[in-house]
Amino acid sequence: MKKVLIIGATSAIAEHCARIWSARGDELYLVARNEAHLQTIAADLKVRGASGVSINCVDLNEIGRHVELLDAAENAMGGVDVVLIAHGTLSNQASCELSVEETLAEIQTNALSTVSLLTTIANRFEAKREGTICVISSVAGDRGRASNYVYGSAKAMITAFTSGMRQRLHKSNVAVVTIKPGFVDTPMTAEFNKGLLWAKPNSVSKEIVKAIDVKKAEIYAPAYWLVIMKVISIIPQSIFKRMKF
Amino acid sequence: MTTTISGWGNYPRQESQCMTPSNAALLRSAVNQEGSFIARGMGRSYGDSANAHKVVGTSYCNHFIYFDERTGKLTAESGITLREILTVIVPKGWFLPVTPGTSYVTLGGAIASDVHGKNHHIAGTFGQHVTSLNLVLGTGELLTASKHENADLFHATCGGMGLTGIIISATIQLIPIQSSFINQKTIKAGCIESACELFEDNNDATYSVAWIDCLAKGKNLGRSVLMLGEHAKEGGLEIDLKELVAVPFNTPAALLNSMTMKTFNTIYWHKAKDKPHHAVPLMPYFYPLDAIGNWNRMYGKKGFLQFQCVIPKSDGVANMRKLLVEVANSGEGSFLTVLKQFGKANDSLLSFPTEGYTLALDFKLNASTMQTVRRLEAMTLDMGGRLYLTKDAVMQEATFKATYPNWKKFESVREKYGAIGKFSSAQSKRLGLA
Repeated sequence: MKKVLIIGATSAIAEHCARIWSARGDELYLVARNEAHLQTIAADLKVRGASGVSINCVDLNEIGRHVELLDAAENAMGGVDVVLIAHGTLSNQASCELSVEETLAEIQTNALSTVSLLTTIANRFEAKREGTICVISSVAGDRGRASNYVYGSAKAMITAFTSGMRQRLHKSNVAVVTIKPGFVDTPMTAEFNKGLLWAKPNSVSKEIVKAIDVKKAEIYAPAYWLVIMKVISIIPQSIFKRMKF
Repeated sequence: MTTTISGWGNYPRQESQCMTPSNAALLRSAVNQEGSFIARGMGRSYGDSANAHKVVGTSYCNHFIYFDERTGKLTAESGITLREILTVIVPKGWFLPVTPGTSYVTLGGAIASDVHGKNHHIAGTFGQHVTSLNLVLGTGELLTASKHENADLFHATCGGMGLTGIIISATIQLIPIQSSFINQKTIKAGCIESACELFEDNNDATYSVAWIDCLAKGKNLGRSVLMLGEHAKEGGLEIDLKELVAVPFNTPAALLNSMTMKTFNTIYWHKAKDKPHHAVPLMPYFYPLDAIGNWNRMYGKKGFLQFQCVIPKSDGVANMRKLLVEVANSGEGSFLTVLKQFGKANDSLLSFPTEGYTLALDFKLNASTMQTVRRLEAMTLDMGGRLYLTKDAVMQEATFKATYPNWKKFESVREKYGAIGKFSSAQSKRLGLA
């Protein structure tokens, strides 16, 4: 039985991961902003078999509360084995371009708040020489594109930050798992027309949980995004800057 | 987001503005939008009952709320699928009191269609096992309805095709099981008369259904394979949910023609053997087609019509013969035709089952399909029977109103609870409901 802290627990991908852990009888500590939604999810996970579910309603942009949040999770479960960081917002690129404030707020939510959490968690796991940290980054972080580079650059920071942290913590027996989902059909992407490349959150979650189980360094979910992003990353700048996507 | 939707039969299709609220609070506030809409779960009703210009999806409202493992009372949000429910309840020794032939339907959809299963003659419909439900009305008010509380609303909502409001959550009473296996017994019947006789003789079997060769003619007309089932006592409570083998695209419609279907049916009939009780796992027993994702694509791009009627028991055998003659002569019809004897009707206003025989089959859509189905509709009307709204895509208003005499009462309940002008589907418009 694992003790899992899920940050951004109302995200569809995180929720489906939580369902898999619940079916295994794991103990969960859920963090998100929307209390009613958290309570709904907590009740559901109990029925699905979680051995314990606690919730904590926090706005993760209140960085000053992160230490207190991690303390509370450790106290509630008597330790933490796995942390899944899944919170975030899908930035509105067009309105970010018109607003410095909104752009920085998106960077704050999607990158800096995660960096703050990671820094504290890494030190604690390093000290006890065990634990797994999993962060949802995005394929959007692999190369900035005109249609969503605010979100993409925040995710690029997460990818680079976790890559470095993985090296640092390797000798301390702490695994850092970076997840790069492609298009996933969730409430966050409700406004998009869904084509062939779209995956369901439950299938993406299966891959995430598996990556955590075997302590993979970095995965694309679904895996075919590895190929797509390799192709996108080798397009020469002279062509790339003319492309529209 | 605007997209093209259809029921499971892929006919008819409609441009629709779809929204899928991400939690129950947002689902409730969906009634505040302009104009009318219909709630939509898995989209597994065959025709146009979950089609509308605006639809509100329930798929994110798929949470368990409470499960009492001692009493078998389960409360969940309406968008949860029966399949998800099974994964949790079967290992704990409980089972659905009534289940349709697919587990890929939502709890809300099962109630709105008042679905039936192979145990209808004993257990009745799904709605009869709903102890209470929470419904958001057209006025935005959230009401609890049960057999004892707002009973008129309850009986309009069970089988009410989503036209009374949005079902937000429901509580059902499960049945205890000791094993996830079913003891199945197979008996062959050489013609329709002997099939109906076998249903009569085996009326005490918990589950009974017959596969019928709808293309056999003459002395073989209505030859069937009757499958009886009882919950086993041994074998453990494990449940095996295999990943789907998907049909990735619409197969060329020509692959399913009267020739291939006749061949399939003939082989199926000759392969079947009388078999005494033997244990089979629960999932393939109740949900044989769930093993193949999107099996509806096998009927090709144009889609198919499903026809399901029930005809009264008196003259039932002779009338069933007439229907089968019509089907066999048309040369159309499916590889999965089902015959079953229903028990008594219930109190819900638009609930389909009535005492008698029910026949369900698919027709691949082509030039003559519509005429065949229309003829069958007229015959059913003459025989005093009716068609299942969940399967229907083409029934005429007059047929509906003649065969569902409670429709007026249904409309008055809808009026009382503020549903008129708020909840409507392509089907409800076609059938002349306000």
